[in-house]
Amino acid sequence: MEQLISNITIAIVLFPLLGALVAGLLGKKMGCTWSHRATIFYVFISFVLSLYLAKLVFIEHIPTFNLVVYHWGISGGVGFDVGFLIDQLSVLMLLVVTFVSLLVHIYSIGYMQGDPGYQRFFSYVSFFTFAMLALVTANNFLQLFFGWEGVGVASYLLIGFWFNKDSATAGSLKAFIVNRVGDFGFLLGIAAILATYHSIDYSAVFAQVDTTLSQTITVIPQHPWSVITLISLLLFVGAMGKSAQIPLHVWLPESMEGPTPISALIHAATMVTAGIYMIARMSPLYQHSPTALSVILVIGASGALFTGLIAIVQNDIKRVIAYSTLSQLGYMVAALGASAYTAAIFHLSTHACFKALLFLGAGSVILACHHEQDMRKMGGLWKLMPITYLTYLLGSLALCALPPFSGFFSKDAIIDAVHQTTIPGAHYAYFCVLTGSFVTAFYTFRSLFMTFHQTPRYDTAHLHPHESPWVVWLPLVLLAIPSVLLGAWLVKPLLFDTPPLLAQSVVPHLMESPQTAWSLMEESIHSPAFWLVISGIFSAWLCYIAFPALPKFFVRVLSLPYFILIKKYGFDDFNRVVFVDGSKSLAQSFSHTGDQVVIDNFFVNGSGRAVVFLAKLGRKLQSGLIYHYSLLMAIGLIAFLILILWPLKG
Amino acid sequence: MYLSTFFANATPALPEIALLSMTCIVLLADLFFSRLCPRIPYYLTQLALLGVICLSLCALNKPQTSAFFGMFMADPLSSLLNVFICLTSLFSFLYARSFLEETKMPLGEYYTLGLFSVLGMMLMVSSQNFLPLFLGLELQSLPLYAMIALRRSSGIASEAAMKYFIMGSLASAMLLYGISLLYGVTHSLSISEAAIIFSQGTATHNTVFACALVFIIAGIAFKFGAAPFHAWAPDVYQGAPSIVTLFLGSAPKIAMLGFTFKFLVQAMPTLQTQWQLFFIILAVLSMALGNIVAVVQTNFKRMLAYSSISHMGYMLLGLISGTQAGYAAATFYIIAYAFMTLAGFAMIALLSKAGVEAESIKDFQGLNYKHPWLAFLVMVVMFSMAGVPPTIGFFAKLSVLQALVQVDLVWLAALALIFSVIGAYYYIAVIKTMYFDQPEKSTPFPTLPLDATIAISVNGLLLLILGLFPSGLIELCNKVFL
Repeated sequence: MEQLISNITIAIVLFPLLGALVAGLLGKKMGCTWSHRATIFYVFISFVLSLYLAKLVFIEHIPTFNLVVYHWGISGGVGFDVGFLIDQLSVLMLLVVTFVSLLVHIYSIGYMQGDPGYQRFFSYVSFFTFAMLALVTANNFLQLFFGWEGVGVASYLLIGFWFNKDSATAGSLKAFIVNRVGDFGFLLGIAAILATYHSIDYSAVFAQVDTTLSQTITVIPQHPWSVITLISLLLFVGAMGKSAQIPLHVWLPESMEGPTPISALIHAATMVTAGIYMIARMSPLYQHSPTALSVILVIGASGALFTGLIAIVQNDIKRVIAYSTLSQLGYMVAALGASAYTAAIFHLSTHACFKALLFLGAGSVILACHHEQDMRKMGGLWKLMPITYLTYLLGSLALCALPPFSGFFSKDAIIDAVHQTTIPGAHYAYFCVLTGSFVTAFYTFRSLFMTFHQTPRYDTAHLHPHESPWVVWLPLVLLAIPSVLLGAWLVKPLLFDTPPLLAQSVVPHLMESPQTAWSLMEESIHSPAFWLVISGIFSAWLCYIAFPALPKFFVRVLSLPYFILIKKYGFDDFNRVVFVDGSKSLAQSFSHTGDQVVIDNFFVNGSGRAVVFLAKLGRKLQSGLIYHYSLLMAIGLIAFLILILWPLKG
Repeated sequence: MYLSTFFANATPALPEIALLSMTCIVLLADLFFSRLCPRIPYYLTQLALLGVICLSLCALNKPQTSAFFGMFMADPLSSLLNVFICLTSLFSFLYARSFLEETKMPLGEYYTLGLFSVLGMMLMVSSQNFLPLFLGLELQSLPLYAMIALRRSSGIASEAAMKYFIMGSLASAMLLYGISLLYGVTHSLSISEAAIIFSQGTATHNTVFACALVFIIAGIAFKFGAAPFHAWAPDVYQGAPSIVTLFLGSAPKIAMLGFTFKFLVQAMPTLQTQWQLFFIILAVLSMALGNIVAVVQTNFKRMLAYSSISHMGYMLLGLISGTQAGYAAATFYIIAYAFMTLAGFAMIALLSKAGVEAESIKDFQGLNYKHPWLAFLVMVVMFSMAGVPPTIGFFAKLSVLQALVQVDLVWLAALALIFSVIGAYYYIAVIKTMYFDQPEKSTPFPTLPLDATIAISVNGLLLLILGLFPSGLIELCNKVFL
């Protein structure tokens, strides 16, 4: 059995890599069709095998499988291994990743058609899938870090996929550099774990957590910190980078310069949730640090509200969804902060489905409008693209968290958990997540109305939008199904069963009373969140359907908040002035004084000049006259004599 | 009775006796058969050297035995050095043939003189008495003076011969004076007896001994061409025909190392602290002056002359450490150096056109376009001289530096490294000239003689192969000092 699971896991992880290699190395020879067939085939195998693993884990209840398959190296008594940890959490992640990846692969056939980098695109996407699968199946921090960096590289390559576009290369660089900041903290966290527990294996680390509860470390003199808090915060810095939390969120909107399928797969469904997954995986550690949880809660809740507000003033359809992703990631992180790890993973899964759906739907619209992304140049598309419209509507309803759509169950669990928690910052966080649900509903339906309703604002003479081909709308339909049903289906086993579904993987969150999907929906009528959502949708209808002049009026009246939102709270400007310009001028000064003057001119050229000077001097010795040479010998001889006779005299 | 003991006693000196006999035969053959076959001295010479190499190889594993009443001693070290003296001479005579024929220099005289010089070198490494040692040195030097001047039409060669002769006489005088002072201290000319007297430690702390030591070291330093006794080297290396320079720069240095071992290691093994300081000064000055002045040279032969001064500095580092490993490293270095020098000067001789030597570094411009294989070989030689792995030069430098570090002379090793960085500049500049500069004008490329081309290929590849598999030679050098 162990052997079987081990082989299956290796196959799941490596098949996409094989696909990436085939499409990347042989793509030019195989042509477009065989490249996408090969990569889709390999990802499909991974998906089917993941389903089989899910059957073993969820239905046959096999015990947690933790096996090292390869010893990479041993250094200082610490083993560095390639190993797999297969339990409910990783299998759930496997399902999410392979499912979305498969659909995105299929969708890309239509979206990337005719692109000169077609094979390269499929190769990158498959490589991303491989790295993400390696990340979620890891049983140690080294492999986790490998996957972590692997998805980072894939993200960089795919954001900058159209590398002729300046904004794309700038976006990819920004994503990469901001993630380096997070990775730096993450790496320090792993180092702290290695220093504290002398192991980088999950199980070995978790087994020792209880022995280090009171252990402290002094980073700043006279201020001892709990080791666990330090580790937790450092790891969270990594999660902030990858999962785009304030203030490291600035890269995610820029990442929309990449092709839309990538935004769906990497920047909505999978990679950005790696940080959520990682913290949930580390829940035995985080559970012992209320300080870290408090920080996480406040940062997550702030992100949930304030990035959602920015989405209201955006006009680029992809940017709206990008800010919405930031906001939803904020919800997940807030759930983690409230110790509701299961709720975070729950929202992660449902969000993966409906957000991928929204992105792919937006992609379908963009395709129909000939790569126009500005919503002010759309409108009235619902009659022309019925399938896209319907699926987009279902995705929007799920995102707004209206019952009975999947988003409702997961988001409700989060709001509930934040309401219950008592750690510092809980009241503020509750306010944020609650207000956030109004904001979410507003911007979601704003984008829906602007895109599909209202009067057409595109150039009707030249542009004739029509429904996309089946490879594009089929994934939309396939994603719409879980977007609607997944929440109701998973809510009971995940949150209210005893034991809960993920009990072996994460620290379970205790719910007040066992409930069913139906009873939750009934109760929601009495919850403030439900009415906030309804009023959000209504407000959007008022502003964009009933009285289209209203937004302009608000902009005029609320010019200052509008300005702040347009400027995105000044994060970008701050980064540009302080970090970009600052490091540029620092580099300038180093380059000029340090490198050119001191190193180049003084040391490098200076030593060269000194040698040439000495050489010319030495050349003068060589006069060609025998008596000069003899004199030199005599001087040498006499010097030697003095040297040896002088001490003898004394 | 006496005759039979003489012959029974003479077996250790078999290689030397055989070489002497063959030299006489070459002389006679040149006299009588050169009309019939002008190349006969050449063939006989190479045959003689091959024979001596075989005889010395056979003697390599024998224990040390003395002959001629203690005047002569054959031991593994002398056999090893004999092998490489003859091998490098063989290569240099091989390179010389085509050049001699082209420039119509007297073939027979060149090879006879060369063989006498080789005989002198073999005596330098095998004699066990100061007097035959000195005679060996002179026997080695005098034919060299003549060989340099062999091309009578060349003014610069005559000048070089004259300079070398006068300066060499000066150095010989110093050495001889040193030996006479030593005799005054020890009352013996035998190395074995001197060693016994020195080991008692009574005779060493006086002014006479100190003077003897300085004069002997000065003489030795001159023959190595170590600064500040180096002044002859650039002029002589440049002035002499390349075929003589490559002989002059290789085999005699190996013999000179054996000669130095006789004086310093065998005669005064306990006095290492006294002579160490002088060798440190000589080594540092040689490395500094050789490497720095070579940077501005435009003449390839002169550059190699300065390079050889610096190499002598590195070789002396092995002696300075005063350990078995250090001596072995010095031996390894001198062998590696001899092969590098051979190949370097052989290139100049090969590229000479109708007797005009390709002396200037400019003549190597764009060599890669004209003859890529030759350019590759020059590159190997240059990398080896600079000490870049995987060539033998790297391991030579590594072993001497290792020996230094083992006796805690880290500062000296660091200094040596700095100078070798400076040295890398002019070696790599040659490679750049060959590979990245366009040839100036499309002059016809000289047709290369086949035997010399094969020899230079073997020689160049040897630097590479011994660099890839250095352990055999290193072990051999270590074994002779056990």
